[in-house]
Amino acid sequence: MSARDTGRLPSAYLQPGSSSFTEFLGAHAPQLVPGSRAAMHTGAAVEAPHGTTIVAVAYDGGVLLAGDRRATMGNLIANHEMRKVFAADDYSAVGIAGTAGVAIEMVRLFQVELEHYEKIEGELLSLVGKANRLATMIRGNLGMAMQGLSVVPLFAGYDLDGGRGRIFSYDVTGGCYEEHDYHSVGSGSLFARGALKKLWRQQLSQDDAVRVTIEALYDAADDDSATGGPDLGRRIWPTVAIVDAEGVRFCSSEVLEGVVEQVVSDRRTPGSRTR
Amino acid sequence: MSMPFYVSPEQLMKDRADYARKGIARGRAVIVVAYDRGIAFVAENPSRALHKVSEIYDRIAFAAVGKYNEFENLRVAGVRYADLRGYSYDRSDVTARGLANAYAQTLGTVFTQESKPYEVEIVVAQVGADQESDQIYRLTYDGSVADERGFVAMGGGADRISTGLDEQWRVGLDLGEVLRLAVALLAVDPQGEETRTLGADQLEVAVLDRSRPRRTFRRVNGTLLEALLSTDDPTKDVPLNDVATGVHDTHRPDDEPLA
Repeated sequence: MSARDTGRLPSAYLQPGSSSFTEFLGAHAPQLVPGSRAAMHTGAAVEAPHGTTIVAVAYDGGVLLAGDRRATMGNLIANHEMRKVFAADDYSAVGIAGTAGVAIEMVRLFQVELEHYEKIEGELLSLVGKANRLATMIRGNLGMAMQGLSVVPLFAGYDLDGGRGRIFSYDVTGGCYEEHDYHSVGSGSLFARGALKKLWRQQLSQDDAVRVTIEALYDAADDDSATGGPDLGRRIWPTVAIVDAEGVRFCSSEVLEGVVEQVVSDRRTPGSRTR
Repeated sequence: MSMPFYVSPEQLMKDRADYARKGIARGRAVIVVAYDRGIAFVAENPSRALHKVSEIYDRIAFAAVGKYNEFENLRVAGVRYADLRGYSYDRSDVTARGLANAYAQTLGTVFTQESKPYEVEIVVAQVGADQESDQIYRLTYDGSVADERGFVAMGGGADRISTGLDEQWRVGLDLGEVLRLAVALLAVDPQGEETRTLGADQLEVAVLDRSRPRRTFRRVNGTLLEALLSTDDPTKDVPLNDVATGVHDTHRPDDEPLA
């Protein structure tokens, strides 16, 4: 923040350059770029809270992105109500699994990156452009991932050109893969994906998709101790982002409470373990 | 060997100021005017891509007249300043006053030290919680800053437009009223020719709408602008439930669903 030293805008601000905030930050204030910190060769893995299961479901007209609310540190529950699903911009959302601190920092930068581009260029990045920008940021974090501080996001957005919701998954090296219909990442993802495979169908309505999402998260919590189930006592529900032609919004707690209670009560009925 | 001419500092500064003023006066005017629910920006600008008015941050916008490449340079610097500040501190720490000061220092340095001053005049405006707390800063080519109340006109015929606003603007006008007033004043030809009719497609209009969550900047064009400009149409403001319509519509849904 050398702008404060002299009061005038530093010459770097006035130089013609790219529309990327991350590139500007890398050149001007590299200490603020996530993953830029020098690797520590202590040999010991850093213990930090981890986020767990994220689920994405495409439906007729859009896409949902949802996450449970538990963060764990080893065998301890570090947080009961952590948010892992965020609006990336008006038409996309990102959910994070992995080291919570690093991941949330990356999401913050990603949000600024997309907004910065939009303001400089006067238009939105394409959905694939956004997905690729996120891949670049994960690639930059590879050094920290090698020390156990990995970030594995799931990105979902509404493609304004194609008129449909799309899902992108990543690996720690920054590989970006488009997924079809549904996907899940994180420690409970194996179980969530099993549920999605059985429950997902063509032409799901938005309400049915919310139900499918909650069922998948319920199954993940059932078999993975790091994934938080619906917390009826504390009234903590999963975070569910809806992304469609009207933009991103989050499911209200009232709606989620209704769906969660329905799922839980249906599972209590003997002989109907899945539905 | 030729003798260098002696030019007094007074003369040098006066020449530079005259040069900058002439450049600015050549362009068409931009009007920044407060209304009951926010701040409106109105420019005669047939281009849909080269903007005179832009979003800087959540509650801050930028308007400029003069040389495009110079004010575009300042605009980009302002977006970088705001985004870096918001990213390293918090979104609430980005203020129009801070940005106006940084611009003032930059313009002042360029005016005295560079071979040619910037031929620009800019406004940095921030919408507040109510009309009383709106802030409008006007910056000129030499780095002077003025804290304006209610309205500002810059560019060609600015004095005449300011007089018109002085007579007709008052606190509490709605968006439709201030837009019609601004467009009527822009339509008067500075050369004294007959008054033109400015349609929605010749105007660049944007607002900082204080009732919007987070990013308050919104461009107003097309049928919505036509409705606002028409005296027959009852539309008074941008509808609150107005959904995002694509390119550069910056409405962002509330990010906090957990209340």
